[in-house]
Amino acid sequence: MEKTLYTLIVHSENIAGLLNQVTAVFTRRQINIESLNVSASSIKGIHKYTITAWATQSEIEKVVKQIERKVDVLQANYFTDSEIYQHEIALYKLATPAFQANPVASKIIRRHAARVVEVNPTFCIVEKNGMSEEISSLYEELQQFGIVLQFVRSGRVAISTSCFERLNEYLAMREEKYNRNKEIK
Amino acid sequence: MTMNIMKETITGAEALMRSLEHQGVKTLFGYPGGSIMPTFDALYHHRDTLNHILVRHEQGATHAAQGFARVSGEVGVCLVTSGPGATNTLTGIADAMIDSTPIVVIAGQVPTAMLGTDAFQEVDLVSITQPITKWSYQIRSAKDIAWAVARAFFLAKNGRPGPVVLDFTKNAQVEMVDYEPETVDFIRSYDPNPESQEGTLEAAANLINSAKRPLVLVGQGVELGNAQVELRAFLEKGDIPCGCTLLGLSAIPSDHPLNKGMLGMHGNLAPNVKTNECDVLIAVGMRFDDRVTGNIATYAKQAKVIHLDIDSSEFNKNVNVDVAVLGDCKQTLRQLTDLMVQNNHTAWIESFSEHEKLELERVILPEIHPLSGPLNMGEVVRAVSEAANHEAILVTDVGQNQMMAARYFKYTKERSVVTSGGLGTMGFGMPAAIGATFGRPDRAVCVFMGDGGFQMNIQELGTIMEQKAPVKMILMNNNYLGNVRQWQAMFFGRRYAFTPMMNPDYMQIASAYSIPARRIMKREELQEAIHEMLATDGPFLLEACVIEEGNVMPMTPPGGTVDKMMLEC
Repeated sequence: MEKTLYTLIVHSENIAGLLNQVTAVFTRRQINIESLNVSASSIKGIHKYTITAWATQSEIEKVVKQIERKVDVLQANYFTDSEIYQHEIALYKLATPAFQANPVASKIIRRHAARVVEVNPTFCIVEKNGMSEEISSLYEELQQFGIVLQFVRSGRVAISTSCFERLNEYLAMREEKYNRNKEIK
Repeated sequence: MTMNIMKETITGAEALMRSLEHQGVKTLFGYPGGSIMPTFDALYHHRDTLNHILVRHEQGATHAAQGFARVSGEVGVCLVTSGPGATNTLTGIADAMIDSTPIVVIAGQVPTAMLGTDAFQEVDLVSITQPITKWSYQIRSAKDIAWAVARAFFLAKNGRPGPVVLDFTKNAQVEMVDYEPETVDFIRSYDPNPESQEGTLEAAANLINSAKRPLVLVGQGVELGNAQVELRAFLEKGDIPCGCTLLGLSAIPSDHPLNKGMLGMHGNLAPNVKTNECDVLIAVGMRFDDRVTGNIATYAKQAKVIHLDIDSSEFNKNVNVDVAVLGDCKQTLRQLTDLMVQNNHTAWIESFSEHEKLELERVILPEIHPLSGPLNMGEVVRAVSEAANHEAILVTDVGQNQMMAARYFKYTKERSVVTSGGLGTMGFGMPAAIGATFGRPDRAVCVFMGDGGFQMNIQELGTIMEQKAPVKMILMNNNYLGNVRQWQAMFFGRRYAFTPMMNPDYMQIASAYSIPARRIMKREELQEAIHEMLATDGPFLLEACVIEEGNVMPMTPPGGTVDKMMLEC
């Protein structure tokens, strides 16, 4: 079975220990998490996870269902790259003297639409937003000159390309069902 | 009704007592220790309303809570201390998770200020139990108690039931709190009663209506959803034969003409063979465990599969389904029955009988009515079932005793099987039977054990003695770890690696606990000994010395195909 890089978007209550439960679903099935980003969502008290992993379609379906099964998880969905807009951020620390000695380096930075955010006599910091491959390619080009002192990249953040926010719909549906059942009682 | 409920300032431990009472708890199984002492002190003042059963090991408390829950349909509750007290409950928690049993385990924990310091009897219980619970939560402040207990019970019993752990720090037990009872009836992230997707019921009904050879697989979900009546109406209207999983055995009476027996590795021949002949397979509240399916690659490939379950993560997990009907089967079975046409499948149902006849002649009759030789396990089981008018609750341990008990016991009442299905926990039987006597004091409780499993929680004889719990214990002693021995004989060239076992004198053990007991070796003693056991008020240990190298048959060998069961080895 062919593996695809899937992006999972998970919304959960902000409860300690939940990250553990979400990642354990991958561990149990021996699927490596490529990247993981967890942060507060636009709705107060709800956290949003963006997870990428290589898996087959049937594997990822089971993983998503098992994650959704956790009682404090509100919703879990998986997407292929064509169904999302995704971005990463990376920081590159360069040695200032070496950077100055290689004028091509600053051309590379401009060509990659990256920006220099800090300069001092010892080092400078370059910041780059973009797709995974763009971030890697900037690193490789700078490293040709051996000037990269440190490099760090974030996990992927992604937003689905569909028009509606699934979570809002879900929360509205849950409230509506609860009130409906209450009226019946 | 008073508009202003007066809040009362009480300790956290007292708040726990009130919260448990608010949930309707009357029975708890537990064992005290350092980090839970304030709670046990509060329990002392509630001992008239909260009946605490002191077990002899915390594992026993969890299995007792499981037995209690399985027969009563209520939540079983355990109260234990931190550290080793808590880790001793893990097997029972894992067992309850895989068998969907509603229990709440409340464990003491070191004071919040000492968390993470490797304090005495500290263990990170929440992290350890997360993969084996529906919910695991640490109560760090007395303010959380009313809410956490309400949420724990809501989660344990609603939707697909399961275990919940409350890790109760010592400071939260002693802190003062303004207590007010709380009720949880809604969790936005968890829908315990999901609805089926539009069109799925109609699609399922169409498949069933046009089926020529339909077969229903009955799982424990039917019992958990109290859908026994709905199941019968469904089966009878469609004239559809069924097979039951181990945990679903008593969801329909054994002698119902449409009940074709047990599924799985040691189940009955007919429903297993017919699984690979049916054209529509309807699974109700079951999860296609590998002990049911055998080799999944050859399982029911010819059939359209309809799956009714309350847990959507079960769909397509092991077997790909054509129609997934999400929801509480009490509801979905009723809806399906309404959409179905009255049908009859006489020829199909009659086609089961050649396999039933074959199994009866080759396996069942020789097992339950042997002409000579030592006592057989199946013979003992059937005799006990008959003597109890097939009305007793069956509890089993794990191994040959379990398979023999499941095969040869008969069921006329619902919620009559308590066994460790998914986890296969040896030592489960005796404590689970204790719990069952508290869950259904009006019913006879018979537990079948082997000499291996009996000794795994043998200390619970102390609980039986102290509580005078009317557990009818049938120890089928063959001086072997019989199930493993059978596999060694069949698949490991009869090399009996550490399965022969030297046994103590169980009569002396029973006598030390003042439990009436009897040992039998001969066929002629069987009926009378069973009569004596059932006529005895309170507990009884019947040790039946059975055939040493008896085998459970028929059998689908591991990885084998369900329609190719071995009738003898």
